[in-house]
Amino acid sequence: MVLVVLDHDGNKLRKGSLEALTRARALAEALGSKVVGVLLAEEKAPAEEALAYVETLYTATLGPYTAEKWAAGVLAAARQVGAQAVVAPSSRQSRTYLGRVAYALKAGLLEDTLESTVEGGAVVATRYAYLNRVTQKVRAALPVVLTVKPNTTPLAEPLPTRGEVKTLEVPSVPTVEVLERLQEEKKGVSLTEADIVVTGGRGMGSAEAFRLVEELAALLGGAVGATRAVVDAGWRPYSEQVGQTGKTVQPSLYIALGVSGAVQHLAGMNKSKYIVAVNKDPEAPIFKHADYGIVGDVHQVVPALIEAVKRLKD
Amino acid sequence: MKFVAVIRQVPDGESRLKIQGNRVDLSGATLILDQMDEYAVEETLRLKEKHGGEAIVVGFGPERTEEAIRTALAMGADRGIHVVYEGFADPVAVAEALAGVIQEEAPTLVVTGGQQADWDSQALGAALAEALGVPVVSWTTALELEGETAKAKHDLDEGAEWVRVRLPAVFTTQQGLNEPRYPTLPGIMKAKKKEVKKVAFQGAPKVEILEETIQEKTRLQKILDGKDPVAAAEELVRLLHEEAKVL
Repeated sequence: MVLVVLDHDGNKLRKGSLEALTRARALAEALGSKVVGVLLAEEKAPAEEALAYVETLYTATLGPYTAEKWAAGVLAAARQVGAQAVVAPSSRQSRTYLGRVAYALKAGLLEDTLESTVEGGAVVATRYAYLNRVTQKVRAALPVVLTVKPNTTPLAEPLPTRGEVKTLEVPSVPTVEVLERLQEEKKGVSLTEADIVVTGGRGMGSAEAFRLVEELAALLGGAVGATRAVVDAGWRPYSEQVGQTGKTVQPSLYIALGVSGAVQHLAGMNKSKYIVAVNKDPEAPIFKHADYGIVGDVHQVVPALIEAVKRLKD
Repeated sequence: MKFVAVIRQVPDGESRLKIQGNRVDLSGATLILDQMDEYAVEETLRLKEKHGGEAIVVGFGPERTEEAIRTALAMGADRGIHVVYEGFADPVAVAEALAGVIQEEAPTLVVTGGQQADWDSQALGAALAEALGVPVVSWTTALELEGETAKAKHDLDEGAEWVRVRLPAVFTTQQGLNEPRYPTLPGIMKAKKKEVKKVAFQGAPKVEILEETIQEKTRLQKILDGKDPVAAAEELVRLLHEEAKVL
């Protein structure tokens, strides 16, 4: 069996779950096997939606997320169905709890993969390494635990018939006690799944100036990103940071405003399909990695960009 | 109390990488203590300074990894253990190899980097926690000991949270946890005399690298002059709409 972990926000499946489903179906076909799903919830989960995509869905409600509880849930499902492969959308949280799962299953762990195929009974996948600069082709014998990098795979279509739910018994495990959630105000689409990312760097000059970044991102239906310097300065939260110690994004369009282009930042966005840079310094390294750019002051260029996009939309 | 930092040596992000025979060739690269692991070393030193005990650095990797272990010792760690392996080992195999070594030390807690700058893996801390049968707190930005437990702040996919965890536990680092100190000259001198115990790698890698390539995307490099911001913005939006077709 191929077990697919369906990630969600409580109400809807995340886009990454539909990418993981596509990969899981392809692996199952190549292995002459079938796909079963597992849907773990803190309180509620979109089981109805999930049942459109899998014939069998294991569900469990586990209370506040912890890596141990989620690992136990996935493990219970994997053992129940005798999973040869566990496939999940890649996120920081999934890459944590699946590290536990991979160890427990003594599985080959293929993290953040771009593609995956079955060759001679083993799974071959490609992924980035060395801070996103090198493409690795890797192979692992079954069983494998594989995470799917967002924005790499077509979304799965629903099945013709609705699946059935099975309740999963999840053993209790020693874990952390969640004291306080510091939820950030949700603004628009998630950074790692966004098709357009607009990032501001130190060149924006101030926290206040980020309203221009927010406005452009909202107008384009994209997400806001930030550089490390900006996060360190306290202008933006860590969750928006793109780069080596932040998130890795691969949108169709990445717009870097007042970003110099340090290697650590490039590591988080250099695989974007199109890169646009606006910077007043014509020598800024970001221009070497840009498809399009404007040498100019962000405080003049960004408002003009906002107006130009508005005109295009009209 | 014993505080263990698990570290690896990686190429500096600024180093130019090249490919030789389908593999990354690091012969020309500057190799450093992984910056995410450096936070781990610093955190164990701070814990030791505050609560007493011993800061131990456990390194995994080829013989050259001893340089990174010596860096951690120069920062102030008391002694090192080096699990030596010349090839590529995936995080599950590394966790298997390190678990026994760490269990023998019976540490208060273990800290390691949130992501590796060579394999881009985020799994070592979690795999290690599973191997040790203890909880993991990933992407930690604050850590305080409170008796038999620790209170920690860590990042989630969206937002962050405070958790309490019974020790021992494994923590993985995130930027913001601390500002790592630089080794001092006396520190470097002292580090030369500190013990680094060598342990042979036992285990079998589960993931094999078949090929490595560097695929740098050729960028269009159409850079416009922004002296007239309105005209430049208009032209950029036209290009994105008509040429790139992303708007």
